[in-house]
Amino acid sequence: MSDIFPKWTNKLPLRLLLGVMIVGSVVTAGVTYYFTPKYTRVGYQPIQPVPFPHTVHAEQLGLDCRYCHNGVEQSWFSNIPSANTCMNCHNQVLASDARLEPVRESFRSGQPVSWVQIHKTPDYVYFNHAVHVNRGVSCVHCHGPINKMDEVYHAKPLSMSFCLDCHRDPAAKIRPPEEVYNLNWVPPENFAKDKGAKFVHDWKVNASQNCSTCHR
Amino acid sequence: MRYWLSFFFVLIVASLAVVGIAGFQGSKSRKPPIEIFPDMDRQPKLRPQAPNAFFTDGKSSRPLLVGTVARGSHYQDTPFNTGRLPSSTNFVAEMPVGLTAKLLARGKERYQISCVPCHGALADGNGITKKYGMAVVANLHDKRIVSMTDGEIFNTITSGKNLMGGYGANVTVEDRWAIIGYLRTLQLARLGLVNDVPAELRAGLK
Ligand code: HEC
Ligand code: HEC
Ligand code: HEC
Ligand code: HEC
Ligand code: HEC
Ligand code: HEC
Repeated sequence: MSDIFPKWTNKLPLRLLLGVMIVGSVVTAGVTYYFTPKYTRVGYQPIQPVPFPHTVHAEQLGLDCRYCHNGVEQSWFSNIPSANTCMNCHNQVLASDARLEPVRESFRSGQPVSWVQIHKTPDYVYFNHAVHVNRGVSCVHCHGPINKMDEVYHAKPLSMSFCLDCHRDPAAKIRPPEEVYNLNWVPPENFAKDKGAKFVHDWKVNASQNCSTCHR
Repeated sequence: MRYWLSFFFVLIVASLAVVGIAGFQGSKSRKPPIEIFPDMDRQPKLRPQAPNAFFTDGKSSRPLLVGTVARGSHYQDTPFNTGRLPSSTNFVAEMPVGLTAKLLARGKERYQISCVPCHGALADGNGITKKYGMAVVANLHDKRIVSMTDGEIFNTITSGKNLMGGYGANVTVEDRWAIIGYLRTLQLARLGLVNDVPAELRAGLK
């Protein structure tokens, strides 16, 4: 009786197994690398109707974030300023610059400038700006160095693990309330260990990890 | 051996193709993020400042209807809310809130956020925007403004005046009075004489 299966087929199951394992690990690596907000969100930089530079306004002019995002301390939502806020200055500065035409149009008509929202948690997540910024969590932790951005991009993943990393150990990130809006602040050495832990204790900071904190 | 080589070749080309198309983590993209499992990520509920096709003007944040007031808003006709005497157009002479150290500290913080860019830290009209073409910014130490009633300054902050835009939407009513309190201390400090400084502190002056 001649061979039904030639000799090389003896090694076939082993080779197939090896091949599947190699392909499997490459695919797993790819999924871990790509199927995460670190890839899908970070770097998102939409084309805005006006190329608004935070570098010029926040860094060069030294405007406080609250000059424009004035709701951030009182509300869960950090508002985008209306055209009126821009026109306080731009009625005199660059008063007929073509880039600012959408702002002037909005100022005249009352229809808002159609800014594209960049940071957006899923609707089943409850987030709140006021609790964070009033307790010494700076914008820079969640938005990156906005004051160095010519156009805002999504700098941090804002995934659940990103939120929890800080909620598990807020002392490492917390800073004095007067430095929250100073994005260039660098903590002095050993700040987290000495002062951070003290703030967390003294202000009874409770960065809860209960599911119902963020999913309510 | 040949099979293995071609197998690895195909695998590497495929991986490179994926990386080539998808790029790296953190690379800039103009396209909105892909929501890989979009389960309930976007629900049909209103978000502030978001577009909404339901309303004819397309805004989800609804403007106030005529004859209504927003909850928690300051609508009553009192000097605190309007800077004017009730049912008149006369400005109140003095601020209707008590001047405390806490109020002044708040006023200083708010002044630095909202007024310093134009009027400068000393309120002399030399803010940073002057360098960039804001030519006419009032010097708040002008005699006219020093002798102005608190109510009129309140009104200027709320609704603006001439080339200055209103800050009613950006600065709360409480904070507007706090700013006025702080502004008055700046004005007083500029007008102060050596004799106003307590004797024991005078040595520290230059
Ligand atoms: C002169 C007004 C102004 C100031 C001051 C300002 N911003 Fe903004 N900010 C804007 C405008 C307008 C937008 C919307 C356009 C855009 O996204 O670029 C915006 C967008 C943003 C966004 C993105 C919002 C989104 O869509 O997700 C963040 C985050 C932000 N600002 C943070 C800051 C921080 C932090 C500071 C203080 C360092 C600051 N801003 C100061 C006007 C301002
Ligand atoms: C405190 C005053 C102030 C406010 C408020 C302000 N700007 Fe400006 N803006 C400036 C100044 C000053 C410049 C720089 C002008 C120059 O370089 O000559 C500038 C420059 C710009 C430029 C051009 C940037 C460039 O690269 O040259 C744009 C666009 C702009 N502003 C948009 C806005 C928008 C949109 C808002 C409202 C959210 C706004 N600005 C609010 C003062 C202001
Ligand atoms: C603890 C993290 C965190 C901190 C701190 C933080 N943000 Fe945000 N920010 C977020 C998240 C999450 C969103 C998306 C919220 C949503 O879904 O609307 C956001 C959204 C925004 C937006 C878009 C409008 C909105 O509310 O959705 C602006 C503007 C903004 N942030 C500005 C600021 C400024 C200015 C500061 C500092 C004063 C700040 N943020 C501090 C996490 C943070
Ligand atoms: C850099 C640190 C940090 C990050 C990042 C952070 N948080 Fe927090 N969060 C805190 C601290 C600190 C508190 C406690 C504040 C207090 O004690 O009132 C807090 C409180 C909260 C609360 C309020 C709970 C309550 O009692 O009402 C919510 C909701 C919340 N965080 C959601 C989030 C979400 C969602 C994210 C991710 C987008 C996030 N946080 C990211 C530090 C952080
Ligand atoms: C500090 C805030 C916070 C806490 C506490 C928290 N979550 Fe989340 N959760 C988030 C955020 C933010 C997201 C959205 C993540 C994203 O879009 O990348 C999320 C997403 C999820 C999702 C959806 C994942 C998906 O992609 O479909 C589930 C399920 C979930 N959380 C379950 C839980 C459970 C269970 C707990 C309690 C053990 C919990 N969460 C506690 C912030 C939180
Ligand atoms: C964007 C620049 C800008 C900012 C910010 C600003 N002002 Fe002004 N302010 C002006 C200009 C310009 C004038 C001169 C108006 C004129 O006479 O045309 C002025 C004038 C004034 C006057 C005099 C009004 C009069 O009767 O002549 C007062 C009082 C005043 N500002 C107070 C404030 C206070 C308080 C703040 C902070 C809440 C503030 N301003 C913020 C630009 C600004």
